[in-house]
Amino acid sequence: MSGRRLIEVQRLSKNFGWLPVLRGLDLLVQRGEFVLLLGANGSGKSTLLRLLCGLSRATSGVIRIGGWSLPEEAQAVRAQIGLLAHRPLLYENLTARENLDFFAALYDIAAAERARRRDNLLQQVGLADRADGLVRGFSRGMQQRLSLARALLHQPDLLLLDEPYTGLDNAGCAMLDELLTAASNSGCTIIMSTHQLERKPAHIDRALVLADGSMVYDGQVNGDLAALFRQATASA
Amino acid sequence: MKSPFAAAVRAIVSKDLRAEWRSRELVSAMALFALLSVLVFSFALELDKNAREEAISGVLWVSLIFASLLGFNRSLSLEHDQGSLDALLLTPVSRSAIFLGKLLGNFMFTLLVALVLLPLMTALYGVQLLDSWALLTTIVGVFGFSAIGTLLATLAVQTRSREALLPIALLPVCLPFLLTAVRATKGIVSGAPQSEWQVWLQLLAAITIIYLVLCLLLYRFVLEE
Amino acid sequence: MTQRRIHASLAASPQPRLLRALTILATLGFASTLVLGLFVAGTDIQQGPVQRIFYIHMPAFFGAFTAFGATVLGGLIYLWRGSEAWDRIALAGVEVGLAFALINLLTGAIWARPIWNTWWTWDPRLTSAAVMCLTYAAYLMLRAGIENPQRRRRLMSVYGIFAFVSVLLTLFIIRIVPDTIHPVIVGASPQNAQGSFEATSGVVLALLPSLLLWLTLMPITLMWHRYRLALRQEAVDALKLKLLGG
Repeated sequence: MSGRRLIEVQRLSKNFGWLPVLRGLDLLVQRGEFVLLLGANGSGKSTLLRLLCGLSRATSGVIRIGGWSLPEEAQAVRAQIGLLAHRPLLYENLTARENLDFFAALYDIAAAERARRRDNLLQQVGLADRADGLVRGFSRGMQQRLSLARALLHQPDLLLLDEPYTGLDNAGCAMLDELLTAASNSGCTIIMSTHQLERKPAHIDRALVLADGSMVYDGQVNGDLAALFRQATASA
Repeated sequence: MKSPFAAAVRAIVSKDLRAEWRSRELVSAMALFALLSVLVFSFALELDKNAREEAISGVLWVSLIFASLLGFNRSLSLEHDQGSLDALLLTPVSRSAIFLGKLLGNFMFTLLVALVLLPLMTALYGVQLLDSWALLTTIVGVFGFSAIGTLLATLAVQTRSREALLPIALLPVCLPFLLTAVRATKGIVSGAPQSEWQVWLQLLAAITIIYLVLCLLLYRFVLEE
Repeated sequence: MTQRRIHASLAASPQPRLLRALTILATLGFASTLVLGLFVAGTDIQQGPVQRIFYIHMPAFFGAFTAFGATVLGGLIYLWRGSEAWDRIALAGVEVGLAFALINLLTGAIWARPIWNTWWTWDPRLTSAAVMCLTYAAYLMLRAGIENPQRRRRLMSVYGIFAFVSVLLTLFIIRIVPDTIHPVIVGASPQNAQGSFEATSGVVLALLPSLLLWLTLMPITLMWHRYRLALRQEAVDALKLKLLGG
């Protein structure tokens, strides 16, 4: 389509009322990149992710994803994005299987394909034996796993993860890393926000550091994240 | 109808019905509230045999609207609090499909409550509410205020103190339904000739169509951030 | 950019010349319609001087619709273009319209006391006027309940449209239809059609300028002032935020 470039963001600003949350960000992301988004609480990470998936509207600036611009062509953009947010974005009174079937219908996945993908994903996130359990009875970690399955269900080109490690135990974190590596290897572009600097997924291509709504670092990750974060925020 | 639009509407409706079937919290709360409100009106207005025909259709509709307030608020709060409204918004489904899906679910729940009230009030007050015209009026009226109720509940869940604000937002706006539906029902129940009350039913239908079109056009603005 | 906007609106920008002219015109116009209504028009033979309140009562009612109409227009354009100015116009419309509607109710009650022998009666017309006030009071309450400014503008644009539609429908249902199917209300409630008077040339002479004034000059001038007030309010909010946020 538009070559290797997937995300193009220019002078992106977002205000909540008079309060600026993002101040004129520029960002280019190539297809297949695995990008880590670092920043303290309130630095604008979640806001940036919500803007990228079209849940929120920019105050000013340009967002183009896969050649389509937001918010005008949101419909086309939505089909290629998967989001794992703070909240699980699931229905408590439905089972894991029903939740995935519901979203499969909304993403217009072919009926023949639905069952196969759903069962595969349930297997991969380790919920195969709880497929018929109500989400209401799931622990935070299990809900997070199911959310991940929901985000991957329509095989998005772009996967946005907002603090995905929250609520996951060690096994869950390992599973997440494994799934992300697999998605990344199959060409999926990933942007993942985190403030847990001690855990660094394998194969990170790039790190961004946000501080008070501005991008203070955009580049490679050499060494550990904590050092990088300290340097970037200190120089800002 | 195998378009993605129809499939999405169907998926949302069957999701709501299934979740409700499991918990039964919405319909049971609405029905109980409607029954209580009928009872309270009976005491408060001292509905004896003479007052009955005049007041009964008013009691029916006010009880239905009050009960629906409870239901709409709950239905949209559930979507909002679990963040699943965001999940719906993330999908490439048209906003009108989301509206129609939520509307049909709310409509069915409220209609169910109405279907409990109609025979019950017929038995309690000796008024003939089990009439095909009365039923038609009920269906059209419930559909109409479910449409505006669904939109305003989506609006109200985004405010502070939404439990208080939904009634304040909804009651003035659904007055046209109340006025026409009460008069149509009253005419039908009192056995007046059709020519006398049919204008109210026609008006009710027209208002329902006006509101439905407006809701379909404006719902996406209520959802979008 | 934000900074400059704050200062621009705070630096008590002088009133535009057009606004000053409109204000003077509206004041003069109001004074002269008062003269017309109080002194030039003849005294009603049956009702006496109290009938003169009609020259404000009726124009205020229709003037409210200019303002509420502006709310719908502002809401539609805000949803379409997303410019905050149109939302300020919509809010100004609600407040000015509500004020006019209250003037309408109040003057009606003053008139009804001697003529109908009661301040208030549950006549459909009175009820629908009261419903209009309550609907827009609900608008203001709802508006105060939404914290995020962008969300508030968007949601209230939608509600302003529904409020107007429902007020129009309610007026239509209450007033027009009973008259068409029941030409005379059965049992003739005593106040029905009581207190009517003939629209003589004297009445029309006093009414028409007043109506014109309340339909155009008054709401537009008041809304413009309210619009400027909204700008200042926003600037104050921004300053507060700046001070709090450091």
